[in-house]
Amino acid sequence: MEFGHFLSALTPFNLVLALFGVVAGTVVGSIPGLTATMALAVLVPITFSMDPASALILLGAIYTGAIYGGAYAAILLNTPGTPSAIATTFDGYPMAKRGDGDLAVALACFASVVGGLVGAFSLLLLAPPLSKVALAFGPIEYFWLSIFGLSLIASLSTGNLMKGLAGGAFGMLLSTVGVAEVSADIRLTFGSQMLVGGFGVIGALIGLYCIPVLIDLVATPDRHLKMEEDVRSVRIGEAFRIAARSKINLIRSSVIGTLIGILPGAGGSVAGLVAYSEAKRTGKPHQKFGEGEPDGILATESANNATVGGGFIPTLVLGIPGTPPDAIVLGALLVQGVRTGPTMFSQSGSIVFTFIYGLLIATVLMLPAGLLIGRYAYKSIVNIPKAVLVPTVGFMTIIGTFSIRNSVTDVILMLGLGVFGWVVGRFGFAASPIVLGLILGPIAEQGFVQGWTIGSATGNLFGMFFGRPISQGIIAFTLITLILPLYTARRRRRKEREQT
Amino acid sequence: MLKRTFLKMGAALAVTASLATGAAAAELNGPVNYIIPFGPGGESDISARFQQPFFKDKFGQDMVISYQPGGGGAVAWATLNGLSDDGQTIMGVNLPHIIIKPAQKDVGFTTEDLNVFHMFHFTPDAIIVRADSPYQTLEDLVEDARANPAQVTMSGSGKATANHLAHIKFDKMADIQTTYVPFKGTGAAVTALLGNQVKAEWGYSTVAATQGEEVRMLAVAMEERHPLFPDVPTFKELGYDMVGGAYRGIALPNSATDEVTQMWSDMIAEINNDPEFRQQMLDNGFAMLDVEADGMDDFMAARSEEYLSDAREAGLID
Repeated sequence: MEFGHFLSALTPFNLVLALFGVVAGTVVGSIPGLTATMALAVLVPITFSMDPASALILLGAIYTGAIYGGAYAAILLNTPGTPSAIATTFDGYPMAKRGDGDLAVALACFASVVGGLVGAFSLLLLAPPLSKVALAFGPIEYFWLSIFGLSLIASLSTGNLMKGLAGGAFGMLLSTVGVAEVSADIRLTFGSQMLVGGFGVIGALIGLYCIPVLIDLVATPDRHLKMEEDVRSVRIGEAFRIAARSKINLIRSSVIGTLIGILPGAGGSVAGLVAYSEAKRTGKPHQKFGEGEPDGILATESANNATVGGGFIPTLVLGIPGTPPDAIVLGALLVQGVRTGPTMFSQSGSIVFTFIYGLLIATVLMLPAGLLIGRYAYKSIVNIPKAVLVPTVGFMTIIGTFSIRNSVTDVILMLGLGVFGWVVGRFGFAASPIVLGLILGPIAEQGFVQGWTIGSATGNLFGMFFGRPISQGIIAFTLITLILPLYTARRRRRKEREQT
Repeated sequence: MLKRTFLKMGAALAVTASLATGAAAAELNGPVNYIIPFGPGGESDISARFQQPFFKDKFGQDMVISYQPGGGGAVAWATLNGLSDDGQTIMGVNLPHIIIKPAQKDVGFTTEDLNVFHMFHFTPDAIIVRADSPYQTLEDLVEDARANPAQVTMSGSGKATANHLAHIKFDKMADIQTTYVPFKGTGAAVTALLGNQVKAEWGYSTVAATQGEEVRMLAVAMEERHPLFPDVPTFKELGYDMVGGAYRGIALPNSATDEVTQMWSDMIAEINNDPEFRQQMLDNGFAMLDVEADGMDDFMAARSEEYLSDAREAGLID
């Protein structure tokens, strides 16, 4: 951890790589369907001819940029560019609609930098002890974590709880279609080969979020976003003051993001949602989450960028990748001859530390780069006529979905889900519970099956499900999340009754 | 650095050699798309990443790796024969997947549909425990399982996979009953082992290579000991006639001409024969395999018979 590694990360070549990586990542991440995984997979061969540290700096910069870039589409088009940005749509798009899109983009940038720094510093200073978190989570903890995630539906869908739960259940049902990862059963395909691959999360994300927006844009004469008299530059000062005021939220969300990032398989989408729900739970009464509340963007965007550093913790310490992009970085490391796993910090310390410093530098570079790109993206989306915007985005959704696994089937499923989402949306069913069910359903199923198998083999099913301390903590949080909305609703009703 | 210079010299020699032989029947035009039918980070991805720089050095073209996960590989394999057959697109194939999947249900392809032209390595099945496990030897585990039927829990990568078939086979051979807990991929199965969720893992020798001193491999399903683990006995030495694992190879669309197939088989063989490539694979716990296009039919027939009878006996297929 000596200072020398910091200096070797700071060479002009590495700085250029970090800047290029952040910019390229941001652009890729902003396009729905083009994921960080894909960008990294294509670019890995270029890094073979570099020395390992430079290669890693480039890959880390692309990754962190892509997670931030997902916010643009979420804010300006109501479509998460990556699954990590699902919760960014909740408040980002309402802000953009009322003409505050420039502010929202700047908030996302500040939050991403803070989250990214917290994640990267945790990786730098606490990686070995934090990697124990990944190991402490067994099947049953994942099961309860996903149940906790599903309980967020209750707190996220104010007013129409039943519709939220129905959406979540439908999402879980969709997640069981195709070949089950753990049981290898082929389910609910109705003899159709189209459904063998199941509903991919990213395709569903694009369909459920993007298509309804496009249909509405065509069906209504309104402008896409409210147009200001003159588009000001991104409101950096204002955003900075809001971010500084919400420092508790930023830090808490970044810590949540780091911790969830450490868990292999959970990822940025879960981290963003948990941080969002925590921000909402601890929010002040005047804050209107879901209607353009800046704290909502700050929570999600800091949490999802914190998962970048967090995810590298098990990748580098245990040799177990936390997310698909981490897995690609792991592959690149092996080709470079760097052995990940328990001995890595002692044997390849200089490479690892140069990489971590590079990640920190890239995160800092994201501030100017992100604000500049954000300003450009905002201006062009606001000024672009609807007749151009709709076909362009429509084309992107199809290309984006197709490119995930070169499958026409995925495009058809995406369009079908999109139209379905638009129809049920008119009856008050939101897209987020469905997507949440789709993401969390398999985690819940696997955890349950594995926990049940181990529990019955050792003759201790009850202890397996309810006796483990981390599980008990998660169960407690779940109960709070479920009961609190009911309690506040009752209190509000009582207050109203007293007033009348 | 010296290594790299060597590689470059080798590449230059290879180019000269191919110029000298001249009239090749088929040749590459531009970058090659190498489709991995799983997500990144698994053994298929890692071994493809190892091949990548050697391919570029030897044949001058980029090898672009893309991932098409879904249906345990079935999604990608069902599309293989619809892809362009000019040799610019190849796809990874895995055993036992391509034999077991179509036997379970109609998944859009049959084993015979796939033009598998080369099997280049395998990851031998192995039983792995944590370094602090009370099981010092395979016999310790077998004894515990015999005394406490079903109580020895073992993680493994998924159902109907090589790990799962090995579990079924070994339980039968040792006349014991252990509990197999399927996880999503090797990474998740290792996490469960390291996190003390299970007592042992049905994994591969690659796991022991990655985890180093954190784990102990009790036995490995190879004909002879793995060079990286000279102290770990084979199952055969211990009296269990088990050799196998997950085999990986490469396929082309079945409309590809014999010339294209031969060209690819030769190219993959050349990479596979490179001593530096072999060393890199072995250092990471893989085992080498050199089944080329002409030996493929016999190899597949033998594997099919074994996998299908194991799977049928375990009730995984009808």
